[in-house]
Amino acid sequence: MTVTGATPHGEVHEPNEFGYQSFSLGEFHFSRDEYFAYVRWPTGHHVMSADAFLRALQRDVAWEFFYGIVNFDGVVGTVNHYGTVDLFAGRYNDAYRRAELDHVENIETPVIKDTFAAILSDWTNEGFDPFASPEETGSAFGPKNGDNDAAITRHRVTARRMVSLPGDEPLRDDDNGHPVNRMFADVDQDEPEVYAEPGFEAEVGSFNLFAYLSRSPVTWNPSVVSVCRESLYCPTTEEYILPIIHGNDRAEWFVQLSDEITWDVEDRDTGRKRAKVVMKAGDVAAMPSDIRHQGYSPKRSMLLVWENASLKIPQLISSGKFPTQPVEF
Amino acid sequence: MAYETRLASLMSYQKGRVDVIDDDPKNYAFSNIFEVASLAKPFEQVAVAKNFEYVLEAVRAEGTSGWRAAAHDQSALVLDGQVEFTFKTLAEGHPLPDGGSGGVPEEAAGTLVGRVVARRGPLTLLPAGRAYRLASPAPAVVLIQTVAGPDTQFRWAEICQTA
Repeated sequence: MTVTGATPHGEVHEPNEFGYQSFSLGEFHFSRDEYFAYVRWPTGHHVMSADAFLRALQRDVAWEFFYGIVNFDGVVGTVNHYGTVDLFAGRYNDAYRRAELDHVENIETPVIKDTFAAILSDWTNEGFDPFASPEETGSAFGPKNGDNDAAITRHRVTARRMVSLPGDEPLRDDDNGHPVNRMFADVDQDEPEVYAEPGFEAEVGSFNLFAYLSRSPVTWNPSVVSVCRESLYCPTTEEYILPIIHGNDRAEWFVQLSDEITWDVEDRDTGRKRAKVVMKAGDVAAMPSDIRHQGYSPKRSMLLVWENASLKIPQLISSGKFPTQPVEF
Repeated sequence: MAYETRLASLMSYQKGRVDVIDDDPKNYAFSNIFEVASLAKPFEQVAVAKNFEYVLEAVRAEGTSGWRAAAHDQSALVLDGQVEFTFKTLAEGHPLPDGGSGGVPEEAAGTLVGRVVARRGPLTLLPAGRAYRLASPAPAVVLIQTVAGPDTQFRWAEICQTA
């Protein structure tokens, strides 16, 4: 494995014959043509379909590198160290590791975020929305054709206490650009009855979470709707395939609220297959902190992702002070 | 094409499963909220998820609960049935557990703060430092986002897939 010690910086290069800029980040180099994204590093190179690359990149940028590892596929991805980010190739791929072809660079978070955001902006064509389901977006392919900055920089919901409370994240409705999704047309839109005594309006709150989710315009994008200290409810609507393979640095929990998702679970560090988890409405499952997972949702579904946002957890688990599975019995 | 959103209820749920390739299914603590609620007594708080001190509790709401309160915000997601939440002020100085909810005697629940009537789907704030109770004329299911407290029940071996 090669590891770069210097502080890498980003560079932008002139557009190629297809109109796309290329980018360097330390010793990594990113370029694209009409169909594919290419990644090069000193000991190897990799190619991904442009749409898959952009869908993964979109999540990594919007989530600010999320919790733990964001694998774009089985070769390239990022590890969040909450202040810096590892950009890697082959680091979590057994074959690359054994052949010593993997490469990692540790980069200050603002530097990699700015470069990734620039790639996302330049490579996303007009009409392609990396957050949308494949049935609800245009094509990612072809020569450069405008941009879709409004879609790739959309607001990410992060409630401070709970959605719908005064001064907190608002509800979704037709008037603020959130129509009911085609696959959730049968979801009840009635809101709960809420009666607050004068002076207590900020404390008495309730909203129809199912209706709220039925109006989400994006897929595979957990967003905070309620907070209990560091416990975050991050529900999301899922359709088709999770565009990343999420490697956990802490346990996270899934509560399937509607429909069905199948999760492929692999060993976090090697990619060795461990299990398939089939979740139906009402099912609850933990994703341990030593796995990586990718979900498949044949029909748009509602998934409640439950996270513990404590920054102490990765160190507690990596040091062995806390087991990789969240409960023992 | 018309799509059908598949929700579940106490009366109608299908459970998925962990299909192991090279693992122990207990690592996933796989359970089903409706199955847990169907086996629970009214207002038992059965943990179905735990992440350090935090838990998600499945509650079968049936009848009227006692008054409870917590030192921190909680939330309640109604997954089946209809639940009425009533909120009152809490007597000054009434002791609360460091984490999770604790029982509150009737006399410590003061003046009305508000009410919420929620059917399947709503997420309701259970605000810190206020007394609350749940009422449901028929069996309902609620998922509580909270911290493990004195009344949290841990029954992993009973509720989770083990093989």
